[in-house]
Order: sequence, then C-alpha cells, then structure tokens
Amino acid sequence: MTGHPMVKAERVHKSFGLIPVLRGIDLEVRAGEVFCVVGPSGSGKSTFLRCINHLEKINGGRLYVDGQLVGYRQKGDKLYEMREREVAAQRRDIGMVFQRFNLFPHMTAAQNVMEAPMQVKGLRRAEARERAEQLLARVGLADRMDTYPSQLSGGQQQRVAIARALAMDPKLMLFDEPTSALDPELVGEVLDVMRGLAEEGMTMIVVTHEMGFAREVGDSLVFMDEGVVVESGRPRDVLGSPRHERTRAFLSKVL
Amino acid sequence: MSDLTKTPGNEGGGAGAAEVPPELIKAVPVRHYGRWLGAVVVLALLAMLVVAFAGADIDWSVVGSYLDDDTIVAGARRTLWITLLSMLIGVGLGVTLAVMRLSKNPVLSGVAWGYIWFFRGTPVLVQLVLWFNLSYVFDTLNLGFYKDEMNDVMTPFLAALLGLGLNEAAYMAEIARAGILSVDQGQTEAAHALGMSRARTTRRIVLPQAMRVIIPPTGNEFINMLKTSSLAYVIYYEELFRAADTISSRNLAVMELLFVATVWYLILTTVFSIGQFYLERYYAKGSSRQLPPTPWQRIRAQLTSFRPKNTVGGVTV
Repeated sequence: MTGHPMVKAERVHKSFGLIPVLRGIDLEVRAGEVFCVVGPSGSGKSTFLRCINHLEKINGGRLYVDGQLVGYRQKGDKLYEMREREVAAQRRDIGMVFQRFNLFPHMTAAQNVMEAPMQVKGLRRAEARERAEQLLARVGLADRMDTYPSQLSGGQQQRVAIARALAMDPKLMLFDEPTSALDPELVGEVLDVMRGLAEEGMTMIVVTHEMGFAREVGDSLVFMDEGVVVESGRPRDVLGSPRHERTRAFLSKVL
Repeated sequence: MSDLTKTPGNEGGGAGAAEVPPELIKAVPVRHYGRWLGAVVVLALLAMLVVAFAGADIDWSVVGSYLDDDTIVAGARRTLWITLLSMLIGVGLGVTLAVMRLSKNPVLSGVAWGYIWFFRGTPVLVQLVLWFNLSYVFDTLNLGFYKDEMNDVMTPFLAALLGLGLNEAAYMAEIARAGILSVDQGQTEAAHALGMSRARTTRRIVLPQAMRVIIPPTGNEFINMLKTSSLAYVIYYEELFRAADTISSRNLAVMELLFVATVWYLILTTVFSIGQFYLERYYAKGSSRQLPPTPWQRIRAQLTSFRPKNTVGGVTV
C-alpha cells in the first residue's frame, strides 16, 4: 500500500463516564486500503469507528481523517470544538454502514439513497433519482427502487444502506459489523458488494467477525482488546500465526 | 453479486401437483349455545331501551325540526371553529414545549416542565373562568404596541381559546415528547453520518417517524376537544351546548334540545374519526408491510370474493 494516510490515530483515548473504552489507539489507514478491525465484543472497536466520524467525541490524543483533525480545529496549542455545521461537512466525506442498517423506514429504497444528496448537497430530484438508480443497480437492487425497507430482507436492507452511504461520494467508508445482524445465508450478498467496492479502490475500515472476508479482502488487520491494539499486520499473518496470547485465545474461539 | 431473480424450488411444485389432494374434512361444527343466549339477552335489553324512549314524554318532531335550526348550526360551527383553533395552539405550542423539554438547556427544559406542571395540574373549567375574569386583576392590557381595556379584549371567544388551547398544549407536549422519544437513536445517527444537520434530521427523519406515534392520541385529543369545548358554556361562548340551552330556555323543550346537541356532537366526532383513519393510514407508510384497507377497499374486496371457499388445514384450495 502506497496511498497517503487517510486515517491517522495517535494515542486516542475515549471513556464513557469513568469507564475507559479506548486506551491509546495508534494506527494508520492508507488511502485505497481495506483495513479490518477484529476483537471481542466490548474491546472498543465499534467505538473507535464511531470516533472517526465524530459520532463519539474522543477525550485524548489526536485523530485525523485525510490530514484534518476530526471534530476540532487547532490554533497554536489550543483546540477549538467545531461547530455543528463544520462537523456535518466533515461527515459528508465519510460513509458509514451500521450493524442494524438504520434505513429510514418511512422512505423507499430510492428515497433513502436520494435523501442526503438532495438535502445536503442540494441535488435536484431528477439527478438524485438517476444517481440512486445507478447505485441500487450496483448493489443488485435495481428492481427494488420503490420498495420500503420493511419489505426487504436483511441482506437487501444492508445493501441499500451501502448504496445510501455511497450516494455522498465518500472518500472513506466505515463498516460497523455490517453482517452481524444478518441470517447466515444473507451474509454472502453483502460481503460480495463490499468486495466489489474494495476492488474499485475504496478506502474501507471494516469492523467484522467475518475472518474469511478479512483474510481474503483485507490489506491490513488489527486485533483490539480492552481498548488497545494488541496486534496488527497483514491479515494472513495475524490470523494465521498470531504472536500474542490474547489474539490466539480469541481466534481459537471464532475460527 | 448474488442472483436475486432466481426463484428456488420450481421443480418441487410439479411433483406436488401430481399427488392426490387430501379428502376434504366434513365435520359438524361446535354449537355455541352461549353466544345465542348472549345475543338474545342483549337484544332484549336494547329493545326495552328503545321502547322506554319511544314511550317517554319526548316530542321527537321537535328534535327533528331543530336539527337544522340556524342558532344550532351556528353553535355547531363555533364549536368546530374553537376546537380547530384550540388544537392549532395546542399542537404548535405542544411540539415547541416537547422540543424544549428534550433540550439540553436546563432553563428551556425547566420552563417547559413548569408549564406542563401548571396547566396539566389545574382543571380546564377553572382555567376558562380565570381567563374570563382576568379584568379583575388587570384592568388594561398593555402590550406596548397595543393597549385596550381588558374587558373589551377578553371576550368569551378569546377566553375560551386561551383556556382550551393553553391547556391542550400541556397534553400535546407530552404526546409529542413520547413520539420523538419513540424514534430509534440509530435513525439520528444514520442521518448525522450522512452529514445532515440536527435541524434537518429532526424535520426530515425524526418528526415524520414520530408522527406515527403522535397522530392516534392527537386524534383522540381532537375528539376530546370537540366535547370539552362545551365547557365554554360557563363563560357565555355561544357554542353548540349554549345554543341548545338558549333555545330550550325559550321553548322549554329541554330534553329535545339536549338530544339535538347530542346528535350534532356525534356527527362532528364521527367526521373526525373518519379523517383520523386516513391520516393514520398516510403516516403508516413503510412501517407495516401492508396498509390497512380503507372501508371502500374492504367493501370492494367483499363484493369480488363471494365465491365459496374450501379450506384444508387453513390453506385455501
């Protein structure tokens, strides 16, 4: 991987009240890379992902996306919290896919995809509709444009959610356990879409329990536990021959 | 990409069709004697009620003739008008109060809490009389740009509007708050992650979904308000109830005019119930797989499906 750093974390700390969740995360994700994050539940991997688009505020350290500090402006040694509008502007370039899809249930698949381009970017309806058509075709749902989420299967909903995130032309995609809420036979169709995205060179950070996907598609992988990065490297190496006892214990349970 | 158009198991259907269908069950249905008995008792009681009223000293022709009396119709119109306006104040102020209560600003949420505490904690009848008698404590109204005698300003109409509307706002605030809280946090997060601002998220994502929870109790409030507006009787607002009372104090047909008012209240509430059904149906979009059929659709379905049905194990054959 030779791309410039897309995400850079330096000693990132985060706690909910008195409970520390992230205890000094250092890592770097390069442009065009598929970066997988694995670890037991409660290890802070989802929280870290949510910090990247400022859904959670970090309490310490520095977090950069594409060279820009996330959620703060730095002048001299002083940090200033960003205004709501600036945070929203930062988020526009970062797509996020949630474990529970979080599609807007009162809108059809097409309307879900059109909403942000129309409301945030000011695209006209016809343009947005055309774009939605392309995106839904890309995730294999061209014939489901006018279907409401409740009428779609979990796998189809998640693919609409991916199309919705792509509609903002993000430079970075965050996947928060995108297949964990799916029936086993539906996992494949979502992973296929993600694999296609990776092949097109999208920068992706994927929190996942799908070790097969991580090994096959991932360029880098970190294993997190108790709020720290325990081990990182190429997926094949970390998953194939883990160096740390904790990684080995975890992998023996999930593989 | 997995192929979605593929329909699995087509070859299985042919084999099943070749099988001999199972013999239809012809069983004697269970006789529900209790149901018959219950129906007979209830019908008998109903008949007695009808007979009692038919024989009562009521001049039904008076009821009929006053149904479209000008005073009555004007009263019904005022009832409708004060209800619409009070609900408008109630919904507008109520949603504002709900957003205030959910605000992180302790002053805003505190004031909203206090408002709800006061207006929900006092009877609406007392509030109506309080507004009506405001001139006892403020003899002039001075808003800076507008100044007048309080007695001239605080007409029965305005007192009724303030009393009913401000009281309603307290209830609507709680209804709206429940609706907003019912929307999953993930919806807000998804909208924020797409770069939508907080205000836009509330307007485009949260409120439309909250509506589904807000509409049914609001319809209820509306129908309640149609009836509660009759309390404005005590402050001499010429709504339906007072109109009926004015006439009966002249012609002494007390019960007859009470019936006239009752019929009108029933007409108004029925019309609103029908409106509510369609409104709920509109906001159910996407939340259920199939919208409930409208009465028309139901009738049409009935008419087109009058063929006899044969069922085996719950499956129509």
